[in-house]
Amino acid sequence: MGISNIWVFAQVANGAPTSGSLELVTKARTFGGSVSVWVAGDGAAVAGALGEYGASKVFAVDYGQNLAGVSVASAMKATIDGGESPDLIMFPQSYEGRDVMARLSVKLGRTVLTNSVDIEAVGDSVAATTPIFGGNTLVTTTFTGGAPYLAAFRPKSFNPEASGGAAAAVQAVSVPDLGASGTAKITAVHVEETTGPKLDEANVVVSGGRGLGESANYAMIETLAKLLKGAPGASRAIVDAGWVPYSYQVGQTGKVVKPSVYIACGISGATQHMVGMKGSKNIIAINKDKEAPIFGIADLGIVGDVHKVLPKLIEALQSL
Amino acid sequence: MNVIVCVKQIPDPANPGALDASSNTLKREGKLILDESDSYGVEMALQLVDAAGGGEVSLVSMAPNSETAGLRTALAMGAAKAVLVSDPALQGSDALTTAKILAAAIQRLGGADLIIAATESSDGYTGTVPEQIAEVLGLPSVTFAKKVSIEGGVLKANRQTEEGYDEVTCPLPALISVTAGVVEPRYPSFKGIMAAKSKPVDEVTAADLGVTPVGWAGAGQQISNIAQAEARAAGEVIEDDGETFGKIVTFLEGLKVI
Repeated sequence: MGISNIWVFAQVANGAPTSGSLELVTKARTFGGSVSVWVAGDGAAVAGALGEYGASKVFAVDYGQNLAGVSVASAMKATIDGGESPDLIMFPQSYEGRDVMARLSVKLGRTVLTNSVDIEAVGDSVAATTPIFGGNTLVTTTFTGGAPYLAAFRPKSFNPEASGGAAAAVQAVSVPDLGASGTAKITAVHVEETTGPKLDEANVVVSGGRGLGESANYAMIETLAKLLKGAPGASRAIVDAGWVPYSYQVGQTGKVVKPSVYIACGISGATQHMVGMKGSKNIIAINKDKEAPIFGIADLGIVGDVHKVLPKLIEALQSL
Repeated sequence: MNVIVCVKQIPDPANPGALDASSNTLKREGKLILDESDSYGVEMALQLVDAAGGGEVSLVSMAPNSETAGLRTALAMGAAKAVLVSDPALQGSDALTTAKILAAAIQRLGGADLIIAATESSDGYTGTVPEQIAEVLGLPSVTFAKKVSIEGGVLKANRQTEEGYDEVTCPLPALISVTAGVVEPRYPSFKGIMAAKSKPVDEVTAADLGVTPVGWAGAGQQISNIAQAEARAAGEVIEDDGETFGKIVTFLEGLKVI
């Protein structure tokens, strides 16, 4: 008994498991049981990397033009019906992760816990911890129904650490007949190009918010980020306003970042944003409003106009 | 074309949230408002019905204390009617139960060509309920849609992915979850606000919908601990005098970033 058979759904991007997925495999290993990983797409391409982090088996689902969520959930259900009995299924808090766990939740009659940042075994059950109210309160919730327990985790909850294992064995799992729920089809895939370090991996992140005034001023954020070899980010407000793509968004509904330095420019610090960046080692904030909540967590706060401070800062850095 | 929008009425996010010490659930007393995330779905629904040349937009919602303030906002925007599931027994319901309740409320309205929800609520942000509703109802779904149109009875959507977006087509009936910013929500007009006061809100209980068990009794989870996270202390805050950029440079130098 206990938690001995763990499944992890891994998100694959650019042919490799995301760091958020490798974190989960690393954490899954600590329960001391077997770790199998599910991927949507090519299993052979990621079997080596996943094995290195402790997975012994990869279930690969070729979903074709179907959406990954309903396809993988149906394949998991069929595999469980076929005799597999996972105790815990871990998902990254990603688009596909949430879709797979939601569909599977209904198929298995099991609830879900999402936005978790930690998990531990409690007898034959597990307890997951989730930050609420912008992270100032931690709620631990224990599953009371039967296994398998379904939990999704925010990125950067654990440190990915390789265990040096051999490549995982790959088992292809076909998608069962999806009926009406499988009638949505992908007709084209678009990859948004980004240059410089990735937002969630950069050592320095410079983010802009509504305080920039207008879309054209976001160029200052990009310039500053480039000068500091960092990545540009954004608050939800300016993503919603269409100034920058969604992939720039830092926050509860965007990316969670933990750089060495986070520079918030013209961002007041809504809870939704703070959740995504308060784990940064050092925070610099520039904002006109001295009452802005962002100053409550900033190591260095400048009460001033970004239109005046940023050009001078950029000039000073360029002259170094 | 008929569209049903799942909306949530939440405590005003401008006020700090709090937990009820006796139940460990979010305090929801006092006036609740329409979750801003849902205003995009309501607007999208109104535009799609308008483009189709006929039909109506209905709402489903789950809230304690017969609360309708948030629903009235959506009705004032132009929705025709609502089903409100209000039942003290629902307190403590998990995401799966919530999805079953909303799915049953959708069926009470006779279903629809399209069901729209936000990607996640602004207070609970579980982020799985729309897809769970689709599975309960056996419908195809396109989650995290950031552009939506209906052409010749087929839904076309751009779905957000980790690397960019996918173009997806889907026959109706279907369910979509839409991201914030997908459309610009309208402000209710005075006429709309007045009209909303008399629009029908069908209030039902979980038992009326035939969903049992619900609330803590039906939840596959229980809260086992609540703790305060380590607070992050504020550092130095200075007023800009035209020279504070130098402070930032010094700070960055100290961290060896430059």
